[in-house]
Amino acid sequence: MAHIKKKKSKELPPVSTASLPDIVFMLLFFFMVTTTMREVDLKVELSKPTATEMQKLERKTLVTYMYVGPPKEKYQGKFGSEARVQLNDAFAQLSDIQPWVVIEREKINEAEQNQMTVSIKADKKTKMGLIGDIKLELRKAQALKINYSANPAGSKELLYSSTNY
Amino acid sequence: MAGKRAIPEINAGSMADIAFLLLIFFLVTTTMDVDKGINRKLPPYDDQLLEDPPPIKKKNIFEVLVNSNDALLVEEEYLDISRLREEAKRFLNNNGDGTCDYCEGAYRDPASSDNPDKAIISLQNDRGTSYSMYLKVQNELAAALNELRDELSVRLYGVEFDELDKDQRKDIQKKFPQKISEAEQLKVGA
Repeated sequence: MAHIKKKKSKELPPVSTASLPDIVFMLLFFFMVTTTMREVDLKVELSKPTATEMQKLERKTLVTYMYVGPPKEKYQGKFGSEARVQLNDAFAQLSDIQPWVVIEREKINEAEQNQMTVSIKADKKTKMGLIGDIKLELRKAQALKINYSANPAGSKELLYSSTNY
Repeated sequence: MAGKRAIPEINAGSMADIAFLLLIFFLVTTTMDVDKGINRKLPPYDDQLLEDPPPIKKKNIFEVLVNSNDALLVEEEYLDISRLREEAKRFLNNNGDGTCDYCEGAYRDPASSDNPDKAIISLQNDRGTSYSMYLKVQNELAAALNELRDELSVRLYGVEFDELDKDQRKDIQKKFPQKISEAEQLKVGA
């Protein structure tokens, strides 16, 4: 007994790492739950505008995304620097929007097809001319529920003072 | 003999490593972007309606124009974006014909909208307007409506609009409907 006591006072016991896997697993589950896999490879520059009065997109399965903005630098040689539309993984023409909407709508189950929402993720420097053309195409394709995607603004004052460029 | 031997315990020492590997994978692939935005409903595409728009009294339309320099023209007057919310609220909450029995503190300007149900906001933009400005205007108009709805629901039910149940929400939405028309684009230039 005396021997053991002596030994203990000499050196610190090693820190138990038995709970390390548990901690890591906890973190892992947190990230697994919160993660949303990036389905598409963004080919356009996207810095979203800011807003304060936003609603959350609730049913992810009913939402389809459309990206609008100037092509990223590595694509600029081929596609120029004017803002363009990206559908799925490729740059698209305005005339591609209607067939695209039809295809995307097919993916939603039939009873909820009329609730389909198109989320327009556009760069803040985009001109409204292009957005207007997109809206017209969406109207023709009967995709009437849209969502202008935006980032939350810090405050009202910040929103007013933020410049467009 | 061999069957009776106890199964050796599996070494769980590498468990942490495996979990770390997975963790790092999810850390890298994760994008924490919250999908939020301003919801709008587009009007159905109809050629005939374009040629023959339904008759609406001019005083019931709140006209907001945004030009290619991102300047605002509201009801034919220049307006700064910071005052748009206030003006829109004043228009939406106007009680011109006196039929609105829930509009407390409303103006009774006969030259403005008849009642909240009739009031329509018409938002027009130029092809050169920037998206960021357009969204700011949309944001202000949405804010005006949300503030009115909040004020009314506090008055009627004692809580803010977000905390109401479904029926109460519908009631408020009916009293202050969202009528924002995103008209065809103009080519007015600067």
